[in-house]
Amino acid sequence: MARDETFGKVMEIIGRYAKNKDAIDGATEDTNILEDLKVNSARLVDVILDFEDEFDIEVDDEDADAVNTVGDAVTLIEAKLA
Amino acid sequence: MSRRVVITGMGVVAPNAVGLDAYEQALRDGISGIRHIPILDELKFGCRVAGVPQGVDEVAEQYFDEDELLAMNSSHRFGCVAAVDAWTDAGFERPEHDDDRVNWDAGAVIGTGIGGIDTIGERVVPMVDGGRVRRLGSTMVEQVMGSGVSARVSGLLALGNQVTANSSACSTGTEAIIEGAGRIRAGLADRMLCGGTEGASHYIWAGFDSMRVLCRNHNDEPEKASRPLSASAGGFVPGSGAGILHLESLESAEARGARVYAEVLGGALNCGGHRSGGSMTAPNPVSVRRVIAQAIADAEIDREEIDLINGHLTATGADPNEVAAWADALDATPETFPVINSTKSMIGHGLGAAGALESVACILMLRGGFAHPSLNCEDVHPKIEPWAASIPHGTREMPGLRTIIKSGFGFGDVNACVIFRCWAE
Repeated sequence: MARDETFGKVMEIIGRYAKNKDAIDGATEDTNILEDLKVNSARLVDVILDFEDEFDIEVDDEDADAVNTVGDAVTLIEAKLA
Repeated sequence: MSRRVVITGMGVVAPNAVGLDAYEQALRDGISGIRHIPILDELKFGCRVAGVPQGVDEVAEQYFDEDELLAMNSSHRFGCVAAVDAWTDAGFERPEHDDDRVNWDAGAVIGTGIGGIDTIGERVVPMVDGGRVRRLGSTMVEQVMGSGVSARVSGLLALGNQVTANSSACSTGTEAIIEGAGRIRAGLADRMLCGGTEGASHYIWAGFDSMRVLCRNHNDEPEKASRPLSASAGGFVPGSGAGILHLESLESAEARGARVYAEVLGGALNCGGHRSGGSMTAPNPVSVRRVIAQAIADAEIDREEIDLINGHLTATGADPNEVAAWADALDATPETFPVINSTKSMIGHGLGAAGALESVACILMLRGGFAHPSLNCEDVHPKIEPWAASIPHGTREMPGLRTIIKSGFGFGDVNACVIFRCWAE
């Protein structure tokens, strides 16, 4: 899967949880999920579960904890799919 | 300190209507919200009809963000829609997420009888038993905790006073109003969103079905299944939904020039202690009479001032006992007995939401000067026959309607009784 395609799917998932809808359109790989998109930290668990469903992967807690930016998520998913 | 408490906003999500105008029209027209529920056939319930609000998901999708909706089961959706409606009906804007101001003088008492058992049945139990705990996600606790709805509402509206959930079975909704009014009376809050919510789920209704307290003999004609006060009453019809009242101190309402619907004159709560025939499932007749008398005393009115009784009246064998208790407590003869009706005849028994759904009906009746019909009791129960003339079978216009007494009796032998008076400038 092309990285920009993964990015699109990741943003679609995160967008559901984002309180700052204005920040979604301009989001890049450097966009911080909690601080910029204002996703409630408790909901990161659900974001990860949605990644697992969408990409048919398993993400352990340690990997999940390392996801801060949208790019971190894309990199993690790409690595799992490789 | 004892301040007067008025109702300045309301929201309702009922089986026969969503929203105040539609609800008032449905009450006036005697529209039943009881429908056949196909899954109850499949699961071999005895009672296969219920009252479930229609079209709520569409409203919720307009009101709430996608991430909020992911954490809202039916009880949350009903309760939060009603709470937001009550808030805006009272003349307040919904705050923005990034507005850090908190309404320190506004709180909530929003109860539930059963809670998020649909989430437990559909998600928690199957996933935990299947060894998939980590797949539950972050939204389970807030949907199954008793205070889940009041907690969600506090975030939607930036409430900063006491925010809690009460639970006293079928008296929950009425109790919430009395609790919130007490807090305002005592000067501890200016505004309280009070009421109850109950989800629509076969998991909620199953235990009642197995107890054989639900109506089983009108599955083919749902709108006739809820038959309070009738000789043919065969058990209650489960309902669901939410009613929320925006209670406010009179001084706060006057200071901001708020529209006032009615006044909460007084109320009382008690328990029969499972004595004198009272039990987990039956009310102690002494405590029922006592709570009515206590409410009248608290309201500082004469019992003759009561124009209408909106009873608990569920369509079980307890209805004749309830009517006898009213007659005793009000010292009424068939000639002096107030008008009496059962909102459950239209919407079923909303359990923890019942008292709130029915209190909203009371306020609408006070405001509109009418008594809604009590459906399906053309064959009045023989023991209620002496008071039959007090039961409206069609809408009864009551231009002089001033005072309504409303009761809620719940499993656990708990009782709640509240008195509302119309507001005239």
